[in-house]
Amino acid sequence: MSAIPGVPRVKIKSDEPIGERAGSRRVDRLLLLAPGMIWLFLLGILPLGLILVYSFAQRGTYGGVVLNWNVDNYIRIADPLYLGIFVRSLILALETTIICLVAGYPLAYAIATAPPRHKNLLLLLVVIPFWTNFLIRTYAWIIILRTEGLLNALLLATGLFREPLSMLYTPGAVLLGFVYNWLPFMVLPIYASIEKINRSLIEAAMDLGARGWQILVRVIIPLSLPGIAAGSILIFIPSLAMFAIPDLMGGARAVYIGNLIKNQFLAARNWPFGSALSICLVLVMLVSLFLYARVMRREGTWS
Amino acid sequence: MEKKNNRYSLLLVGLAVLLVVGLVFTVGRSKKPTLNVYNWSEYLPAEIITAFEKEFGVKVNYDTYSSNEEMLAKLSTGATGYDIVVPSDYAVSIMIHQDLALPLDKEALPNLANIDPRFLDLYFDPGNVYSVPYLWGTLGIAYNKTKVEEPVTSWEILWDPKYKGRIVVVDDMREIIGMALQTLGKSRNSTDPAELMAAKAKLATLVPAIKAFDSDNPKGHLLSGEAWLGVLWSGDAALAGMENPDITYVLPEEGGGLWMENLVIPKGSRNPELAHEFINFILRPEVSAKLAEAFPHGNPNQAAHALIDPEILNNPASYPPAEALEKAEWLIDVGEATVLYDQIWTEIKGGR
Repeated sequence: MSAIPGVPRVKIKSDEPIGERAGSRRVDRLLLLAPGMIWLFLLGILPLGLILVYSFAQRGTYGGVVLNWNVDNYIRIADPLYLGIFVRSLILALETTIICLVAGYPLAYAIATAPPRHKNLLLLLVVIPFWTNFLIRTYAWIIILRTEGLLNALLLATGLFREPLSMLYTPGAVLLGFVYNWLPFMVLPIYASIEKINRSLIEAAMDLGARGWQILVRVIIPLSLPGIAAGSILIFIPSLAMFAIPDLMGGARAVYIGNLIKNQFLAARNWPFGSALSICLVLVMLVSLFLYARVMRREGTWS
Repeated sequence: MEKKNNRYSLLLVGLAVLLVVGLVFTVGRSKKPTLNVYNWSEYLPAEIITAFEKEFGVKVNYDTYSSNEEMLAKLSTGATGYDIVVPSDYAVSIMIHQDLALPLDKEALPNLANIDPRFLDLYFDPGNVYSVPYLWGTLGIAYNKTKVEEPVTSWEILWDPKYKGRIVVVDDMREIIGMALQTLGKSRNSTDPAELMAAKAKLATLVPAIKAFDSDNPKGHLLSGEAWLGVLWSGDAALAGMENPDITYVLPEEGGGLWMENLVIPKGSRNPELAHEFINFILRPEVSAKLAEAFPHGNPNQAAHALIDPEILNNPASYPPAEALEKAEWLIDVGEATVLYDQIWTEIKGGR
């Protein structure tokens, strides 16, 4: 047995059978995993299983759940009305992700390449809004955007506008609310990946005659792809299920998939249909996670 | 000798401290009965709770919800430990049908005699076997008199193009589809698919004029000036009127809505005797008057009215004229048709 430099040799008691040691190590590993696994099972798998079972049930006359194993709820989702809501929600989530990417990438790049003494301050500025509750920040936007709000007062004062603009309770306001809320989730992972890029790779590209934009497109962006993928998935998935912002900033005028599910569990007291919708939403999320995993795996083979 | 004495007194002090601490803990842990109340948010002033705690030497745990469905969902998942819940009319009947309510012992509720008989023996609980009236109100039109100068008499005013984009409505499918049904001269509890389709078509023409659907703070849109007209619950309208006297309220000639919240003891209550005491306490005229002054909803307690500030009793939002009230309609659970209502609601908001 050759000694590995820097690692002290471990003495193995000769009277201890190897198999038993491996066994106890397996027990140790199980013990270490147990809290996490129990937590996942009780709060993740079990409720999801319950939702899956409910999705094959039927609504009782007074809103109860009658389990009779049918697929009517899934057939109902195939109705263009509900497919349309799925598509609308997907589009909104995609728009949010793309805008966050376009707005967040330069910001993340600027922070990652800033002088070290400014870096922490800039990161702090990105994170500070999170110290305030999400609902309060959303209400702040309502005060800014409403017809008699701050922004309109400002616009009217400049004299460029004679009539106040109707900004709140529009699809644009919903999109703004989404982007505002998720932007830091894009900035932070991209910042982390750009920060990790080895400077000498950029210097090598320069030495080999690459221009600024070539370095960006062929070196920096590909190397920060894991950050882009992580940020996108962090934004895309919660955007799909979000219902509070469409209610507050959209005036509940349009239904998205999150609102539809919420309505099934509350106003319509139709838990089986709500469960079927939830299962479909989970499937959409799984597909996007699968795509994410593929990006990451390809990334792994590159480096 | 002195030193020894000192040591003894130290020991005694120590023992005394232990005794006191022990006593505090045993008293704290001892059977001071608790009452778990689950009520709407902003629906019971804290002073009433403390008065009850003091008088009966008990502790009240107060928990709140913001919709009947939230409360029903919690109750139907099993033992919750609540001793008092406050469902609306239709939710009382759902609770009874789902076997979630405990029959009341009327002998423990002598103050039930204070309730105006108009509010007893209603459709959702004949004979008040399970429920006692708490507060009531209506659904009608709240509007800003300085912006809407013409007389407001009918739901139809909402369709007037003058008010496009100046309307707020509660985000509640039963109330709003019901409003459209009434506008067409139908009952707001209709389950007839043809009538419901007609109501959907009628609503589809209103949706572009609606600025926002909001059940949490509909009065806020009127107070900020964002909206001029609103389909609101009377309590919200009364509060808005207290903040801005230009905001007034009317029950439309088509009828409008009628609702009432009720005290119910859910099955699984661990302390039904104390829950009865609590209900009887709320029914006292002086307690009920405090309630009415804190929250300007209609108060069904006749005996309390003599103690309530006349200004509150004259508020047209809280106490509409009797002849207008006669046509106001309760909301009755529509059973299977709820699915159809939900679909219409989704379609209207899905832009179809």
